[in-house]
Amino acid sequence: MRTLIAPGRHRAGYHVALAVTTVVLTAIFVVPLVWVVLSAMKPAVELARVPPTVLPETWTPGTYAEAWDLMDLGRYFLNTIVVAVGVWAVQLAVDVPAAYALSRLKPVLGKGILGMMLLTLMMPAAVLLVPTYLTISDLGLLNNPLALWLLGAANAFTVFLLKRFFDQLPAEVLEAARIDGAGQFTLLWRIVLPLSRPILAVVSIFAVVAAWKDFIWPLLVFSDPARQTLSVALQRFAPDTPVNLLLAGLVLSSVPMIGLFLVFQRHVLAGLTAGSVKG
Amino acid sequence: MRRRVAENLAAYGFLSAALVCFAVFSWYPIARGAVLGFQQVDFVTDPAWVGWENFERLFADPLFATAWRNTLLFTALALVFGFVVPFLLAVVLNELRHFKAYFRLIVYLPVMLPPVVAALIWKWMYDPGPGLLNTALRGLGLEGAAWLDSADTSMLSLVIVATWANLGTATLIYLAALQSIPGDLYEAAELDGAGVLRRLWHVTVPQTRFVLLVLLLLQVVATMQVFTEPYVMTGGGPEDSTVTVLLLLYRYAFYYNDFGTASALSLLLLLVLGAFTALYLRVTRKADA
Repeated sequence: MRTLIAPGRHRAGYHVALAVTTVVLTAIFVVPLVWVVLSAMKPAVELARVPPTVLPETWTPGTYAEAWDLMDLGRYFLNTIVVAVGVWAVQLAVDVPAAYALSRLKPVLGKGILGMMLLTLMMPAAVLLVPTYLTISDLGLLNNPLALWLLGAANAFTVFLLKRFFDQLPAEVLEAARIDGAGQFTLLWRIVLPLSRPILAVVSIFAVVAAWKDFIWPLLVFSDPARQTLSVALQRFAPDTPVNLLLAGLVLSSVPMIGLFLVFQRHVLAGLTAGSVKG
Repeated sequence: MRRRVAENLAAYGFLSAALVCFAVFSWYPIARGAVLGFQQVDFVTDPAWVGWENFERLFADPLFATAWRNTLLFTALALVFGFVVPFLLAVVLNELRHFKAYFRLIVYLPVMLPPVVAALIWKWMYDPGPGLLNTALRGLGLEGAAWLDSADTSMLSLVIVATWANLGTATLIYLAALQSIPGDLYEAAELDGAGVLRRLWHVTVPQTRFVLLVLLLLQVVATMQVFTEPYVMTGGGPEDSTVTVLLLLYRYAFYYNDFGTASALSLLLLLVLGAFTALYLRVTRKADA
């Protein structure tokens, strides 16, 4: 397709531009990550050397295992998984029926409820920090992952995305199932959910990624070190951990998200343009 | 009629869990936040109404002005980097016909990193001695910088991290927008004798105006609430050069247990961000209709 510059013209210029872009973007986005992975395998003394070595002179891949043990990463992985899976499950369990009700059952006051939900998107997160924290504290949910699960369920953007998708489902299919005697729950479970796989995939990935990346809420909720998530624990360990071990810990804690991205790339990128903005 | 009643009952059954979650974790805190700003709240005594006292305490705090100045500096720098760079990057990537999948992959890779991980990685890359950044600069024959250790460059350093970590999102959204521009517009402009820059300004920019505006507003609202980078990388230093509004708010609430003053600061932040958010809603609603 025709873009800013007509294809085929300036052929030499194109290849120079392509080469420059490739080198620059690789240097900016790939090199730092590779550098961290390699540096974690240098002994502490070598890591402090100026100028630094590119490849480790002494390979000590054992730092990864050492970091895992020293920082007790297994525990923090488990805590983070509990938070992320819980946020995902509770968000779907709460928001899917809500969006279905708003979209297909159109209850009295439905529009007002959706409006009130969308209103919460207008609130900058920072503004709700203190009152939400105090509410969580009043409910006795500090140091309890349930706080993050329920907080994640109150996600107006998810409700909005799901509702918009449900709105487009063919009415005839739903009506036919109704005539066959399906109740609302059967309708949702047997007809709507199987038809909604694409949007469910997008919403699921966003929920898990957001929960895994979140920092400020886990920081506020989990003051008990034994319950903290990876992000909170890593920043707590950072000042007193030998750099090579810290770097190894950082690499290890990034692996699940990078892996998820590589596997579900298509869904992640589709989700980017799904609800946020139209072209 | 009976069906309507049954459907309403079913609907509210389906909605009940969501209504509870929103009521407890969104609607109630919104209302509570408005009240808290005028109360004295700690965990020791019962909340007491104090009127404007919290605001007066804030205005008397020399860090208050510093925090706003720093936040505005961060937002301004983030707009230059985080808004302009992804757009230009998307324009360039849209012209390239090779390695498309690779470029998409690598610009989005940092977005998947937890922000704390990105911040800690960069903290180490900024190390004036063995850090990758100064090593690269010295390799190019340039002098390294003190990055996080100097009040002159600390904020810039934080903006670089935030941009590196987040620019993938904006770039890919712009890229999608660019791909929907009809090619004949460029063709026609070229026939009229418009050079590359004029085509960029008179075709590309107007055609993506809506996406540009939406992301601009989102970016302002997001960057004014910057917290993780200063909290993890500098703790507000050196010389308070990276104390942001949210970091100050966090200190009031969770170091001094002064939730009232923290809430007063929230309300001021809301006042500033409300204008941008309202504008954002207007723009997107108009586009939806």
